[in-house]
Amino acid sequence: MDIVNTEIEQVVYQRPRSFTDVSTHYCPGCTHGVAHRLVAEVIDEMGLRERTIGVASVGCSVFAYNYFDFDFVQSPHGRAPAMATGIKRVLPDRVVLTYQGDGDLASIGTGEITHAAARGENITVIFINNANYGMTGGQMAPTTLPGQKTTTSINGRDVETQGYPIRVSELLATLDGSSYIVRRSLHDPKNIRLAKKAIRTAFEVQVRGLGFSMVELLSTCPTNWGLTPLEAALWVEEKMVSFYPLNDFKVHPAIAQFRF
Amino acid sequence: MARELWKGNEAIAEAAVRAGVQAYFGYPITPQTELLEYLSWRMPDLGRAFVQAESELGAVNMVYGAACTGARVMTSSSSPGISLMMEGLSYIAGTEVAMVLVDVMRGGPGLGNIAPAQADYNQMVHGGGHGDYHPIVLTPASVQESIDLTALAFDLAEKYRSICVVLTDGSLGQMMEPAEMPPMQPLKTVYPNWAVNAEPVRPRRLLTSINLNPPDQEVTNLRISRRWQEVEANEVRFKEYYLDDAKFAVVGFGSAGRIALSAVRAARAEGIPVGLFRPITVNPFPVKAMDELSRKLEGMLVVEMNNGQMLEDVRLATRTRIPVEFYGRMGGMMPLPDEVLTEIHALVQGPRTTEGHPRDRWLARMANMN
Repeated sequence: MDIVNTEIEQVVYQRPRSFTDVSTHYCPGCTHGVAHRLVAEVIDEMGLRERTIGVASVGCSVFAYNYFDFDFVQSPHGRAPAMATGIKRVLPDRVVLTYQGDGDLASIGTGEITHAAARGENITVIFINNANYGMTGGQMAPTTLPGQKTTTSINGRDVETQGYPIRVSELLATLDGSSYIVRRSLHDPKNIRLAKKAIRTAFEVQVRGLGFSMVELLSTCPTNWGLTPLEAALWVEEKMVSFYPLNDFKVHPAIAQFRF
Repeated sequence: MARELWKGNEAIAEAAVRAGVQAYFGYPITPQTELLEYLSWRMPDLGRAFVQAESELGAVNMVYGAACTGARVMTSSSSPGISLMMEGLSYIAGTEVAMVLVDVMRGGPGLGNIAPAQADYNQMVHGGGHGDYHPIVLTPASVQESIDLTALAFDLAEKYRSICVVLTDGSLGQMMEPAEMPPMQPLKTVYPNWAVNAEPVRPRRLLTSINLNPPDQEVTNLRISRRWQEVEANEVRFKEYYLDDAKFAVVGFGSAGRIALSAVRAARAEGIPVGLFRPITVNPFPVKAMDELSRKLEGMLVVEMNNGQMLEDVRLATRTRIPVEFYGRMGGMMPLPDEVLTEIHALVQGPRTTEGHPRDRWLARMANMN
């Protein structure tokens, strides 16, 4: 006899339709998986899966396309916003996103991201800031905090010789072409919920043709930071949030009218 | 359609429009800028995509993105800018998508100058980007040929999922000549089954050049190499002038070939049995035709606007069976017909040898130019 009462069975958690059924290659405690899931949930909720094209970058998320069940291309290092521009200009009714890390976007790709924002390219950028180069094993990134130890700043980043970190969101928000630039964090459930709302807003901006949108997500890299997943989440909260404030840096006036 | 006076760069731009180019991404650089300027108004007028990119890196990667959607797409630049595009070209080749690249060559290396040259031959034909791939390379020698080869370039690029280069120079790009434009082709409506264009219902598609598993990369490279064999078998193009009864031949592509033709005609007027072999495709190189030709000749003269880059391919194709001499001007200098005629005289009079290297003898003859 079937003892399960289907009347009260409820699905509270399942794989988003925009996800493929594969296991992750990301490290335990890495927030790439959380960021991926938020993007997939938003695309599901907005019904965009069949008209979305993703652009993967170079770094740990080079294999982002393995996890999303929609069309994808994979870009040279830093060039994702240029590829996205090429796609969007020939297919303006498709939804185009890039998913880029901080080495990719904030270092080698500064030209491409800056000018995509300046042109007001109608694309959405998911920017993962984990303060180091993850895939190559934890080197200093443009986002590495002053004093932070990496494999190329073994005594801690010395700003006298290695320069200062770049706050990308603040930088891009100065450009008239950008419509929605915010920074969120993935270090606890409350902030994850806020991050999802921001990602939703960013895609709404694109769907409504308002121009360039970017959500910067403060993320963990426990493996290269040499921390446990919990310690890594606390490190984001204690060290990164104070340097990279969670804020809305550019919000197009029309966004106030959004209802979703 | 009537012949009109067209400037080389603008003729290429309009020919691309007529061939149904859907997107153009470029960056200013002399001597190709008129191409960018022309398309900056022509493409939007037709509702097609145009972006002046932030750099050649940006331009080639916009091309890469658009090419992944299966669209007809093109960029153009000149030598230093082409060097910057090499990263993207390698990715485009590795992803097996189609694009047309116009290189309006100028004097180099380095910043060089804005005068015509042919010194990107090796970069285009033998390398450039990293990895095992070959672009198809077409070399016009007139404005009309620039138009015709631009149209052909799109067809070849799509047929072989390849990069097709129109390799021209500052002289051909800047000159004006009467030429006939082909009629306007309709834009493509049927897209290949690999196009990443987010069509509903079908399974997702992916285009990438990454193959972390070496055996997979080798399979990809074998596929690209076999496709190149098809190109070599089917797409070799060249033009022959006065070669039926010739005992000597000048070999030159593009502007150098055109200048050499004047010298060949002058030599013919003097009764010298010399002809001209002008490769249209320098990649694939007309190896078989040149090999066969060399069997009935007593000597060849290669003329280029570089220090003997195609010369090496001629030596390979003819297996140094017959004497080959070289004459080049470079760094933005162009050979004059009289200079080539003098070289023809020297070749005919001899002595001729298959020993040593023709570049060494040429450099010795250029000793007074230090």
